[in-house]
Amino acid sequence: MAADPSLISRRSALKCLAYGSAGTLFTLASGVLVPLDLAQAATAKGTGRPLFLQISDTHIGFSKDANPDVAGTLMRTIELVNRMPEAPALTIHTGDITHLSKPAEFDLARQMLSGLRAGDLHTVPGEHDTTDPEVSEYFSRFGKASDNRGYYSFDHGGVHFMALINVLEFKAGGLGTLGEAQLAWATADLKGRSASTPIVVFAHMPLWTIYEPWGWGTGDAEPLIAQLRRFGSVTILNGHIHQIVQKVEGNITYHTARSTAYPQPAAGVGAGPGPLKVPADELSSLLGVTSVAKLHHPPTLALTDATLA
Amino acid sequence: MRVPVALLGTCAAMLLAVLTAAAAAPEQQIVIKDFMFGPASLTVKAGTRVTWVNRDDEPHTIASATGLYRSGALDTGGEFHFTFEQPGTYHYMCTIHPQMLGTIIVEP
Repeated sequence: MAADPSLISRRSALKCLAYGSAGTLFTLASGVLVPLDLAQAATAKGTGRPLFLQISDTHIGFSKDANPDVAGTLMRTIELVNRMPEAPALTIHTGDITHLSKPAEFDLARQMLSGLRAGDLHTVPGEHDTTDPEVSEYFSRFGKASDNRGYYSFDHGGVHFMALINVLEFKAGGLGTLGEAQLAWATADLKGRSASTPIVVFAHMPLWTIYEPWGWGTGDAEPLIAQLRRFGSVTILNGHIHQIVQKVEGNITYHTARSTAYPQPAAGVGAGPGPLKVPADELSSLLGVTSVAKLHHPPTLALTDATLA
Repeated sequence: MRVPVALLGTCAAMLLAVLTAAAAAPEQQIVIKDFMFGPASLTVKAGTRVTWVNRDDEPHTIASATGLYRSGALDTGGEFHFTFEQPGTYHYMCTIHPQMLGTIIVEP
């Protein structure tokens, strides 16, 4: 079988991710979005104009042992992005901007993120951003894009972006939930759209089930995924689990981002998905811990569960 | 071993104070540790004030299944209280970790 350039790109990209840092950069190559390592992108020439940046799980307000200085690591991430030879056209933040939904945390995060020279910032909230009883702190600052619904879409560079919220309607014992109103909106949003339009979907919690006992998934995502299968290039980006897990299924690539704040254990390791304390001198290097990509069905095209271990 | 009578008296007074307070306003505590409510199911008398205290490094919330009460994020050491006046079975969860479930059974 002839080598598929996009497949090679993906493999290369995963190698990049293996040495990755706190942010992930996406470029559009042959209609397929390819994640590139930021540190390499910051120095490499000829990687193409970055389409957008994904940042996730900044957890401003966290101060425990796993990282007493999350503002410092966010600042290092911002400096890394700002050193890139070409600025990304836009940035998405896939949630858990803050740790405790406090006004001061949101204000500090927004002030810091405004120093990012990477285009407009598009956000979705994580469950840590919506713990205030009125769920108003996130929406008062970032709700405008979605008319306070939490979900919205926009286009950039020929790519259609869908921002989804899956942290509001939790079912007891269950996974994240999109809810009927949002699913109906998504159906209408995709209807009539050309299958050749690259689609990027981003939300905080993974839109596929990574580990149900820890709630790492979205229980009612399947009706949305079913509608996305007709598109030639779909990239689904999430945060929440503070580590890279990637899966390719048909034309759909699923990818979770690292946190800029602290790592979490691999699925099912330990009591729960809390901050993972590592020796201080390992925190930065952990961001570059080698991930292992496993090729699965179909063997030449599919990639599943590329995880940092 | 001899214990001074005065000390015994003090202890008795303290014990009495504790018992009196307990009779006046029953209290129960639930400790959150390792992503679990301990105990996950608690049976109390009507009028009991239940306190949840978070002993994890991760924040947690207490949210009633019916919307009766909802805490903000409890950081490490954070507490939340609710007094259960009416008999019944009350389910709750942590909205940050919806796999964390708890039940309060309130008896007359």
